[in-house]
Order: sequence, then structure tokens, then C-alpha cells
Amino acid sequence: ENVDPQKTAFVLRKAWTLYSVTPLYRFHRARLRDYARLLGAFIAAEKQKGLAVEVGVELDIKVALSSLAELRGSEQDQAALLVQLSMRSRASSRNSEDKLVWSGWFCSVYGDDLSENMPKDFTCLPLFLTHGAESYTSMVGSWFQKTFDCCFCRLAISPLNLSWMVAMWAGCKADRAASAVELVFSVPRLPQPLNISYAIHPEDAKALWDTVQKTPGEITQEEVDVFMDCLYAHFHRHFKIHLSAAKLVKVSTEVASAHCDGIVKILHSQYLPGVLMLLTELAISQIQ
Amino acid sequence: HLATSLPLPSERDHLRPRIDLIVFMIDIKSKYSLKNVEASLAHVDASFFLGKVCFLLTGLGRVNACNVETNAVCKLGETYCSPVLFCELELEGIRVATAQRLLRMLQICAGHIPGVSALSFGSLMRNSDD
Repeated sequence: ENVDPQKTAFVLRKAWTLYSVTPLYRFHRARLRDYARLLGAFIAAEKQKGLAVEVGVELDIKVALSSLAELRGSEQDQAALLVQLSMRSRASSRNSEDKLVWSGWFCSVYGDDLSENMPKDFTCLPLFLTHGAESYTSMVGSWFQKTFDCCFCRLAISPLNLSWMVAMWAGCKADRAASAVELVFSVPRLPQPLNISYAIHPEDAKALWDTVQKTPGEITQEEVDVFMDCLYAHFHRHFKIHLSAAKLVKVSTEVASAHCDGIVKILHSQYLPGVLMLLTELAISQIQ
Repeated sequence: HLATSLPLPSERDHLRPRIDLIVFMIDIKSKYSLKNVEASLAHVDASFFLGKVCFLLTGLGRVNACNVETNAVCKLGETYCSPVLFCELELEGIRVATAQRLLRMLQICAGHIPGVSALSFGSLMRNSDD
């Protein structure tokens, strides 16, 4: 609709680590500047605690908090909250630009299931996505947990949900130079870990999905099962291996890719709302 | 007696004792195990479904590794009028409790408990689920 692609471009083509977040208590949009200052001070204090800093080079972390009204599903959703950590090296002060070292954002896309009966003091932004060093993620997470009494939890994606994603995304309209639909399986109980990568031409995958899906715009568990069973059967016919007994760990399509450890990469702005809606749903079911 | 699928090989038919209970094990992490069980069910004589069959869904502790919908297994239980038990094999306490439960069911199905038949026990379990 009125989504400014510039504002949401930062989301695309980056690997985001996913977390579910319980509602934030007494979070006020008007106080973003204050929060940024407090978070900056917290990070500076944390950094001084343990790590040795090189003499002569002081690294300042600048914190920026901003609201993104574009990243939400409906009017009932809270606008997304973006947190950015930039580094300015004092050694080459005036001429150097700030370098973005870490970004994270909270969002809710059609998260009505959670926000429906929430009391007034709580802000629902169940999905948290981070990109950057884990050390910064844990500092930002700790500060939010202490300040807003919320709880972060890594969002893992089960093979069942990965199957749903690959079926949904394989059915999306293929663009020009489309990349293969790839499924990666990990074989359990072997002395050496073994990964099997199954790549399918995107047009074949879309053709298969089109024969399976009955109502455009609607997807049922049965349709996803049939789609996956066809892929498993095809592989078994050629290689005599039952992929259905292995663990699906990663799916990749030209729309997006997702890993069972809770890492996603979104490649097309057109499908951004759809992907975020699915991830919001997963985050909410982990919270409840 | 353990088997990876049915039907059992016919060569040993004459040596096999009477079968009192069939427990179909489905691993929630493996879609293949569900397909295997569904295919094997076709080879079971109808008389077994009067209380001598049960489904055991394992691996429930790992929600993040599930590849089988719990609903699908419950529906299977309903279709075949047999109870569905849930367990996590990796936790010793639950493993032992489940084994004891199955043993008890086996005693009933083998007719060792006076006054309780496999059929009456089966319908008792189904009614308590609802």
C-alpha cells in the first residue's frame, strides 16, 4: 500500500536472528531519545566492566531509537521500533563517519492474537530481529528486560513450520533470474554429521505447488503435506533415501530463506509483510 | 517383539506366539515414521482394533524439532478407535512410566486381569479422553 520502500530497504538481504518478546511494560514512544541515552550509558558501563580497551583508541557507541510506522500489519499493530548501534572511533574523530555495528528491531504484523486483551500499560511487539555481534544483542536485550520487564527467547523454527514456509514461498511468482528452491536436511544418529541438500528448479516447484493448492490465497496443512510428500517421493525414487526421516534444517527460496535455529533472510520487499506476519505468528505461539 | 514395519515375514508364522497387543510408535521428529505406521495399519486384521492396538507418539519434549502434527496422530487414533499415548523416551521417568502403562494394557489384552476385557478397557480409555 503506502509502504515507502526506502524505509524498509534495511530489512532486505540481511540474515536476522529471531527472538520472541513478551509485552513491554510502560514503554512510551515519546521517550525514545531518553531511552537511547540510557541504553548508551548502559552499554558504555558494560563495556568498561570486563574487556581491556586498547590504549589510545576509545570506541564510542552511539545509540539511536526510532519508530517505523511502515512496518506493521494493521492499525491495531504497534509501529515497529528500530534500535541501531553505531561506532565512532575517537582516534580519527572529525572526518570519520559513524559505522553501523548492530541493528535490531521489534515489530508486530497482524499480532492481534496477543494484543487483543492486553491491559493498557503493555506494548505488544512480539517479534525481535537482530543483526550484528551477539555481545551487543545480549546487552540490548538485558537493558530492555530490566527497563520494561519483558522476556526474550530465541525463536526456533520446527521442520513443520519450515515446510509451511517453503511451500508458501515456492508458490510465489518467480522473478527474472530466479534462484533454486533448496531444502537442507540433517541426518540424525550418524557418527559424522551429514547434511543433504535438495535443490529444485523454482519453476518446477511453483508448478507443483500450483497443482496442489486449491484456493489461491489460502493454504491448508493438507496442501503443505501433499507438496512435501511429492518432494520426498521424488527424492526417494532417485536416491532411495527417505528424507521424511531426516530433519529439515533450512529452506531457501528466492523470496526468503529460513534456518531452524531461528535465522531468516528476506530477499523481496513485495513479500515482506507476508513473511513478517508468519514470523509474528510463530513468536506469539512461543510466548503463549 | 519389535518390527520396523508390517506385515511380519511369513516364514516365521508357525513359530510366532499369539499377538495380544500392537503398539505403533510414531516419532514426532520423523514424518517417515507416520507414513510407515499408516502403511502398516493396512496389514492388521480388523479384530485387533477392538482394544488390542494403541499408538505411541514419542519425542514430545522437543517442540522445535517436530515434523508431525499432533492432530494428525489423534485423528489416526480416532479413525482406528484406538488410544494414543504420548511420551518422551529420553526422560527416564516418563519412559519407565510409559513402559509400565503398556505392560498393564498388555496384561488386560492377554486376558490376565479377570473382569476387564481388552474391549471394555479400550472404550474406557476413549471415554476418559473426551
